[in-house]
Amino acid sequence: MKAVLVIGLLLMLTGFYGLMTRRNMIKMVLSVAITEVGLQMVMITAGFIRGGTAPILTEDITELASFVDPVPQALVLTAIVIGVAVNALMLAFIIRMYGKRGSLDVRDYTDSKW
Amino acid sequence: MIKRALIFLVLAFFAWQFLLMVTGWEGLSGLGEIARHYMEKGREELGAANIVTAIVVTYRGLDTLGEVSVLFLAAAGIGFLLGAGRLSRKQDGGNAGGLENEKTRRKASEILETGSDIVVPAIAVFGVYIFVNGHLSPGGGFQGGAVIASAIVLLFLSHPFYSLNHGVLKVTESLSGTVYVGLGLLGLILAGGFLDARFLPVGEFGRILSAGAIPVIYSLIGLKVGAELVGILEQMRRPS
Repeated sequence: MKAVLVIGLLLMLTGFYGLMTRRNMIKMVLSVAITEVGLQMVMITAGFIRGGTAPILTEDITELASFVDPVPQALVLTAIVIGVAVNALMLAFIIRMYGKRGSLDVRDYTDSKW
Repeated sequence: MIKRALIFLVLAFFAWQFLLMVTGWEGLSGLGEIARHYMEKGREELGAANIVTAIVVTYRGLDTLGEVSVLFLAAAGIGFLLGAGRLSRKQDGGNAGGLENEKTRRKASEILETGSDIVVPAIAVFGVYIFVNGHLSPGGGFQGGAVIASAIVLLFLSHPFYSLNHGVLKVTESLSGTVYVGLGLLGLILAGGFLDARFLPVGEFGRILSAGAIPVIYSLIGLKVGAELVGILEQMRRPS
């Protein structure tokens, strides 16, 4: 499970790198999406218990220690849905901006830069 | 140059913090207090086999209502942003953009068309299966809704000139949202609190019709999420 944590953190670093270096707005949205995925993997590992299985009960279950923590999983479910909503909204903004000025480069949109 | 150095410094800082996290990570040794309560009492209180569903729909039901609202707001925002563009082009008087789009949009290949005709209904039924069984097996309303939306994506790809019935979409979305909140209020009146699923009988553990109102609520969420995602896709598909 440590591998999942490492992969998640590496994905977050990749996303941060993309956010700071890319100027194409679609690539920036992709960077945000990559960061989100990495963060979700890190959150999942936060509830991991060694030897645990998915928190789904069956008829003949007695040993509670054999389950992982369900709370982070519920939180990640929320995070995924909200991530999708935010990404879609960002893409809609980009479509509108491209329709106005025909450029995807964020440096061409300096109107409201302080 | 300074910019690059700064970027490198920031990344190095994050990498250092993450390294500390990884080296110090041990995993939990046991369930926390709240998680223990959910795992122990979830079954007798709510009768749901999938504890994640019990948390999402009932224990933290208000969070889920907020989540659905965020998704709805995003869908409304996308409709507002992309719908306004269509209006201004119409005011220009020219239908040039639309015509150009009709030209570039061509019929899908026969393999894609035939294949998707077979697969699309199966995918949609699978989505319904996922959200109806949300309290028993992995899955639930959000996942099932996303699967249904993926079926519609395939439909859009294979039938480029297919136009959705917006009335059905709107009615599904608003009706399921309203009934969802209505069931929450019913829980407030008949059971312990807002979105408490216990106003319906808990039933026999492991059956489809069990766990109080959880399957009903999750099915409504599934319908709402599916309709919203399809609405977003429809907005993005249109020429702008």
